Amino acid sequence: MTNVNYFKDQFSALQASDPNELLTGIRKENFDTFSRSGLPTLRQEEWKYTNISSLFDKDYEFAGDGKISPSLLSSLEEMRIEGYQEANELVFLNGRYAPSLSAIRSPETQLIVLPLEEAIDSKYKALVAMHLGQSSSYIKDGIHALNTSFIQGGLFLYIPKGQQLQHPVYIYHLSDAGQHHTLSQPRSLVYVEAQAKFQLAETYRTIGSCEGFTNEVMEIVVEADAFVEYYKIQNDGSNAHQTNTTHIRQMEKSHVHTVVLSLNGGMVRNNLNLVMDARGNETHLYGLSLLRGKTHVDNHTMIDNKMPDCYSNQLYKSVADDASTSIFSGRIIVQPDAQKTNAYQSSKNILLSELASINAKPQLEIFADDVKCSHGCTVGQLDEEALYYLRARGIPKENAEILLLHAFAADIVDQIKLEPLQKHTEKLIYEHLSVS
Amino acid sequence: MLSIKNIHANVEGKEILKGINLDIKPGEVHAIMGPNGSGKSTLASVLAGREEYEVTEGEVLFSGKDLLELSIEDRAREGLFLAFQYPVEIPGVSTTNFIKAAVNEKRKYQGLEPLDAVAFLKMMKEKMAMVEIGQSLLSRSINEGFSGGEKKRNEIFQMAMLEPKLAILDETDSGLDIDALRIVANGINKLRTPDRSILLITHYQRLLDYIQPDYVHVLYKGRIVKSGTKELALELEEKGYDFITESIDQSANV
Repeated sequence: MTNVNYFKDQFSALQASDPNELLTGIRKENFDTFSRSGLPTLRQEEWKYTNISSLFDKDYEFAGDGKISPSLLSSLEEMRIEGYQEANELVFLNGRYAPSLSAIRSPETQLIVLPLEEAIDSKYKALVAMHLGQSSSYIKDGIHALNTSFIQGGLFLYIPKGQQLQHPVYIYHLSDAGQHHTLSQPRSLVYVEAQAKFQLAETYRTIGSCEGFTNEVMEIVVEADAFVEYYKIQNDGSNAHQTNTTHIRQMEKSHVHTVVLSLNGGMVRNNLNLVMDARGNETHLYGLSLLRGKTHVDNHTMIDNKMPDCYSNQLYKSVADDASTSIFSGRIIVQPDAQKTNAYQSSKNILLSELASINAKPQLEIFADDVKCSHGCTVGQLDEEALYYLRARGIPKENAEILLLHAFAADIVDQIKLEPLQKHTEKLIYEHLSVS
Repeated sequence: MLSIKNIHANVEGKEILKGINLDIKPGEVHAIMGPNGSGKSTLASVLAGREEYEVTEGEVLFSGKDLLELSIEDRAREGLFLAFQYPVEIPGVSTTNFIKAAVNEKRKYQGLEPLDAVAFLKMMKEKMAMVEIGQSLLSRSINEGFSGGEKKRNEIFQMAMLEPKLAILDETDSGLDIDALRIVANGINKLRTPDRSILLITHYQRLLDYIQPDYVHVLYKGRIVKSGTKELALELEEKGYDFITESIDQSANV
């Protein structure tokens, strides 16, 4: 990495300009981590398949003020997710929450949306202080620390007790890499109170022809008996790279359901952490990567079962064509107190080209004796018998392949419970598979 | 309709078909019988275009076209239909959508507009009644969890929908109990027309009790060693294949 000095200068300037002690404290601790450890390299076990530091042979800079040009607005229009008329639409521009571009459609009784800095100055200060930066104790690498070193323009979402949110939250991350290689670092904290129900979807777009790197951290706290659906849709340009961490803390008998869909992009690393901080939680994690070109997608999950009686199920599927790379590493920790844990994990993959590669790495660390854990992984090709059967009915080979790929994707798409979003992703997948 | 001339074919370097000759005219029903391993299913696969089968000699004309030059899908769109001995299960692909795609691919090939939803449904209903298959099977994924009989009925239903010029039925009777066999055979009989030819491939004579062939051929060691009318099938049933194969093997040894 060549521009360490750039980050040092930016960090000093940010710290000097901000009187907020909570934020400056968190930032300093993390900038120390970043300075000490640098960016992750292939020598680190957790990063052995994704050479994120190789991207930083280019000098990334933060975007400027984010002037809102007509072309930005039209890009924003294009990235809207179906059903947006009924959704809260929140926009991050170059990694910073942009209230003026956002539309909040839920009443305040159901959803509080605040810039993170304002939340710290409000009655939510104690909540923010307690939960912001929790992910740092699980992910100690330099790229995560780099986000936390520059927390600025973040987002705070609060769903009050018992609210069954009718309007989902759509988050659009728009980055402008038109002038220089641009680093965007969105940061959010989501607090879902007891018995509340909440649906969240995030998607990304990079405009401009320089390289864009989005380094995102989102922390979500799910209180007792609350229900959260979280969806991530990645369909950006090949110049758009990404590392993101979604760190979810589950309290008693809460329910979390996630789907990560990756289509196009450059080098992408998705960290999904679940911390079972109380008993009786239920968690379902799904992933689907349909990759071609040189797209590289690394899904890394971690479930830390600290308390008893938690159930988790993971199903990650991928198809790798051309020179693409798909990775799934799933780590399950069962702590000594976490008796009666049920944790299942499965990774199913199709390799379509000799230049493509698929890596799967299950990692089970079990310290309790009364648990049920399993993992499985398959890598194969499209079923030749099925292809022959379809062609023998007059369906051309390419169409037969597309039919089989849709069939492979279908059970993950079915897990998108938010209907307009499901339709939206079906359309994206259809377009993605039809262009080859 | 179909003219097979001196076809030789290899699978993994081993010659399975050693010079097959066969002419099928429009509307005729031919049965090919023979002991296991004689090359019956290989012949079906060669005609459908399965890629593992290498034709080393001979030619096949289908409605005047060089069949062996056509891709698997073009053979189907030209009007050749293979009812599979072991229809594959394809989870995640709905049977109805699949059949609609197949029907419309064929129409496209013939320069016709695709069927709209109403016309397609009407056609489905007609053909479903003809082959006695229920809506519940067709709304499921292709053959997924179907019983042996349901799979074979689905094959005949697809044949009804695709209206082929030539249908090759590869051991369609295998694995069926007597009731299922009757339903499947009735469906096939309803699909007999003056222009549609049928090639029945079977090990046993019992299917021929239901579907009367015009000609019966015995395939043995990659060649048609005897041809006749339906009486030949009865003779085979009575005496077994040995009465033919022994004389062939003896003459080969001389």
